Amino acid sequence: MEEQRKELVVEAPKVPVMGPGHTFGTITEKISAIVLTRPTSKGWIFGFAISFMGLMMLLAALSYLFVKGVGIWGINIPVGWGFAIVNFVWWIGIGHAGTLISAILLLLRQSWRNSINRFAEAMTLFAVACAGVFPAVHVGRPWLAYWLFPYPNTMNVWPQFRSPLMWDVFAVSTYATISALFWAIGLVPDLATLRDRADSPWKRRIYGMFALGWRGSARHWHRYETMYLLLAGLATPLVLSVHTVVSFDFAIGIVPGWHTTIFPPYFVAGAIYSGFAMVLMLAIPIRKVYGLEDFITDRHLENSAKVMLATGWIVAYGYGIEAFMGWYSGDRFDAFTLWNRLHGPYAFLYFSLLSCNIFIPQLLWIRKFRTNSILLFLISFVILVGMWLERFIIVVVSLHRDFLTSSWGMFYPTRWDFMTFFGTVGLFLTAFFLFIRVLPMISIFEMRTLLPEAKVHAE
Amino acid sequence: MNGEPIYGMMAEFDSAAALLEATKRTNQAGYRKIDAYSPFPVEGLAEAVGFHHDEVPLVVLIGGIIGGLTGYLMQYWMMAVDYPLNIGGRPPHSWPAFIVITFEMTILFAGISAVFGMLALNGLPMPYHPVFNVPRFAFASKDRFFLVVFSSDKRYDPVETRKFMEGLDPVSVAEVPS
Repeated sequence: MEEQRKELVVEAPKVPVMGPGHTFGTITEKISAIVLTRPTSKGWIFGFAISFMGLMMLLAALSYLFVKGVGIWGINIPVGWGFAIVNFVWWIGIGHAGTLISAILLLLRQSWRNSINRFAEAMTLFAVACAGVFPAVHVGRPWLAYWLFPYPNTMNVWPQFRSPLMWDVFAVSTYATISALFWAIGLVPDLATLRDRADSPWKRRIYGMFALGWRGSARHWHRYETMYLLLAGLATPLVLSVHTVVSFDFAIGIVPGWHTTIFPPYFVAGAIYSGFAMVLMLAIPIRKVYGLEDFITDRHLENSAKVMLATGWIVAYGYGIEAFMGWYSGDRFDAFTLWNRLHGPYAFLYFSLLSCNIFIPQLLWIRKFRTNSILLFLISFVILVGMWLERFIIVVVSLHRDFLTSSWGMFYPTRWDFMTFFGTVGLFLTAFFLFIRVLPMISIFEMRTLLPEAKVHAE
Repeated sequence: MNGEPIYGMMAEFDSAAALLEATKRTNQAGYRKIDAYSPFPVEGLAEAVGFHHDEVPLVVLIGGIIGGLTGYLMQYWMMAVDYPLNIGGRPPHSWPAFIVITFEMTILFAGISAVFGMLALNGLPMPYHPVFNVPRFAFASKDRFFLVVFSSDKRYDPVETRKFMEGLDPVSVAEVPS
């Protein structure tokens, strides 16, 4: 009876998570060779140089900011939160996909994550670093930004813990710390591999130092796996809390368009939406350039596209509820916010937002678009633009039409706004180029566990 | 043999299944001070070397409790005891507003305890270790699997243990100088 039932189960043919013919040795060689033996290519130097120029532009923009103050930006009353907050929310949202892939998909036993979690975690770390720049320089006197932390001081006062901005300080700094630890400790067994493979004594010494003397003992692996699982369990509620707290920065305020309970889930979904778009924009060129199609397969791209489609609909639902509540609440300021989005001076941005985040991504329903890497790359770019516009509309369009007609105004970004924004893109890419050059961008030991030989069934 | 202190006897295997089988047999033969090394976590291997007590969860629990208490008591003391501020007429001890930071501090302390607790329990960082003296051990981080019987084991005997380990069907057996 049991036998018969088994025969009736028809398994859907699945695209495997790894190309055929790999052994523990070939996986190790292929990934570690990118770091250890592959010569630095011209393309890498060119890409790094461009990114580094972006980073220098950021430093120039920030230096001028420190000299002149935030007046060099387009912000003024009523729009006091300009690009800085838009970019902060955008970057921190991008980081969320890395934690989702490394922690939540680990808990859900999605083994396809093993080949993309390492660089997605690196992406998280660098995106959080870019995000962290903005609130620090936006406070106006950045050299006093440390006042945000509760330290014993001669002024005998403490930060105001009832403010969501203080919650944000704790949420984002916890997130940065845990992401960095998760990434660094995940690297340790692979650094031991690089230490043992390195051909020069200097490389061996440097990788050996960061490998902490890892030797793969069974006792060590056991504690390591327990730690990794617990850290994933801790990072999962953390990542959901971070964008929730970011949305509190808005939702706790009384500005029409901000004061709504849909914000936390809608922000978290939007964060994952844009994060997966960034994962794809990084994964598609990387797998092409480094010939990693065996490890980052079409199935990975397709799964990521499906996650985007799902989170995109949650975001669309958020837009729908915002519009519905604008009408249903009967509050004339809320109703005006909706009208202003559709007909106000920034209406073209609202329609671009709807196209970028809702209409164009529907192409992902079609399988051909999910498996064609060039189209997927373009759709991901469109989603990243759309998510940036979403934050612009939340911040600027809500603020520029205040309760009093007399305090209405417009926000026009200056060249310094753009230089700072594109500068952080330079910071992000510089860090990423360095990462793929000196560290294994795919987790080697987790890839080994995907092979059938790694599964030992104890009788 | 040549008078050098010996750390143990090491056998090399070419598959995880062979290592697990050999480890179990070594344990059954009465050797207690043994360890197995693999390039990735192998299910059941820790139990086979006689490791049954993983303290990492306890460390994380304690870290999380300390973090949560620190977060809440810090806010309570600062907002309600040391310098009460009237913000919008809310009571000084307005606990719902303190929950977010309490939660974040719980996660922060628990996460830090997880990583550093694991490292401390594993005795890492440890740059030097006798097993690295065997040149073949460099493959333990690639595709080879190793079993070591420590010389501190009561049953350890340079000749008998070698003979026993050669009977486990290994690729090679080598003495580990310390």
